[in-house]
Amino acid sequence: MTAAAPILAVFAAACIPAGSALAAARWPRRSPAAAIVLWQALGLGWGLAAVGALAGFGAAGGGSGVARGAFMLASKVLDGRPGAGTRRLLALILGLRLLALGAGVVLLLLLCWILVAAFAAVVRARRRQRILLSLLAHGDPKVPGALVVDHPSATAYCVPGLRSKIVISAGTLDLLDQAELAAVLAHERAHLRERHDLVLLPFTALLRAFRWSAVAREAYAAVALLVEMLADDRALRHRPARELATALLRVGAAGGVRAPNGALSAADWAADGQVAARVSRLLRPAPRLPAAMLALIAVVAVATVAIPAAFLTLPF
Amino acid sequence: MRTKVQTLLNVDSAGYSNDVNRLGELERAIMDVLWESPEPLTVRQVSGRLTERDLAHTTVMTVLDRLAKKGFARRDRNGRAWRYHAAATREAYVTELMLSALEQTGDRHAALARFARSVSETEATALRRALEALGPGEDSLRATGE
Repeated sequence: MTAAAPILAVFAAACIPAGSALAAARWPRRSPAAAIVLWQALGLGWGLAAVGALAGFGAAGGGSGVARGAFMLASKVLDGRPGAGTRRLLALILGLRLLALGAGVVLLLLLCWILVAAFAAVVRARRRQRILLSLLAHGDPKVPGALVVDHPSATAYCVPGLRSKIVISAGTLDLLDQAELAAVLAHERAHLRERHDLVLLPFTALLRAFRWSAVAREAYAAVALLVEMLADDRALRHRPARELATALLRVGAAGGVRAPNGALSAADWAADGQVAARVSRLLRPAPRLPAAMLALIAVVAVATVAIPAAFLTLPF
Repeated sequence: MRTKVQTLLNVDSAGYSNDVNRLGELERAIMDVLWESPEPLTVRQVSGRLTERDLAHTTVMTVLDRLAKKGFARRDRNGRAWRYHAAATREAYVTELMLSALEQTGDRHAALARFARSVSETEATALRRALEALGPGEDSLRATGE
């Protein structure tokens, strides 16, 4: 065991209540971008600390750091010459250490795998969307640059990617006036331009892997909302807040398209109230966070990643 | 490098993306013909119903083959000729598009980003009230939906 292991374990455990606190905090809606950076740092820091703690409990100690310690354990096993009398006890300890090291490796592989799997699912779904859109959608002068699908529901979304698309249903065209449509387009263009989908992807992956975890659900819902608020803010550079707010109210109140059984998905339930939160933020904007506060958030974000990274690599 | 399809389409060196667009247009036009028709059509019948131009028989056949491979068209043999029909109605594909947009905002994957996610009935009522409260200049909701 390295000395870093218990510290990393405490750090990983502390990330959980920190995530819950961040999800419950009110200040993120005043500066969504800063809050998103903090969420990313928290996720990365947790991953590093959790993997590092498990590997560290398994790694051979003695002022060598987790990475080098793990290597030393491996060479010890290959060497295979425990001292005579205490052979059994040593074998037990060695076994437990190998178990911890194995768990660390498994967790690392799992985290990488869920990210790859989530990305593959996203690519597949988008390809299907683009093929269907190429057969079904058409342009409309009311929404330049967007694709219109003849469906009565109030639906508007974008397909991010290298060949990104904005899709508006015919029902939305009827529901919104020209100014509101322009606000919707400005919002969706911001998503596409700034690749908000890539921001959300790791949190989607975490949610897929840790579906049972309340904090994974909270993190996903919080980042999803922050990304929407960020796109709202970008749209405000081109359009008045009131147009965007009434567009949100109309599309939200119309209910969009429902699943055949009329049920909302679990994540949609968790996100109940998000449309209302965006509207109230547009109509009654709170002041942005002061520069000193933003600087503090930046320092905390850097520390959240740097501390576990240091314990992982430096000899302690 | 010209693929077989591009050669068949007789596209001059306009560049890859133009070729792809041209192919997409053809697929779309041919699917429209299949969707319009109540019964399966031979390649010759499809050619005849395309509003466009004098397309080579082999071009139409190649595009129909591609659509069959992608699963949008089905074919069966009638005597000596293959006959093609749409695998599903246009409405079924539109529904698939809209439903996948719905599911994406859930916890499955973030392939798409929706402007406003589905809301509960309680929230929808609150939104309607808020819209009314916004006051003059706002005409009543044109579609409240269910």
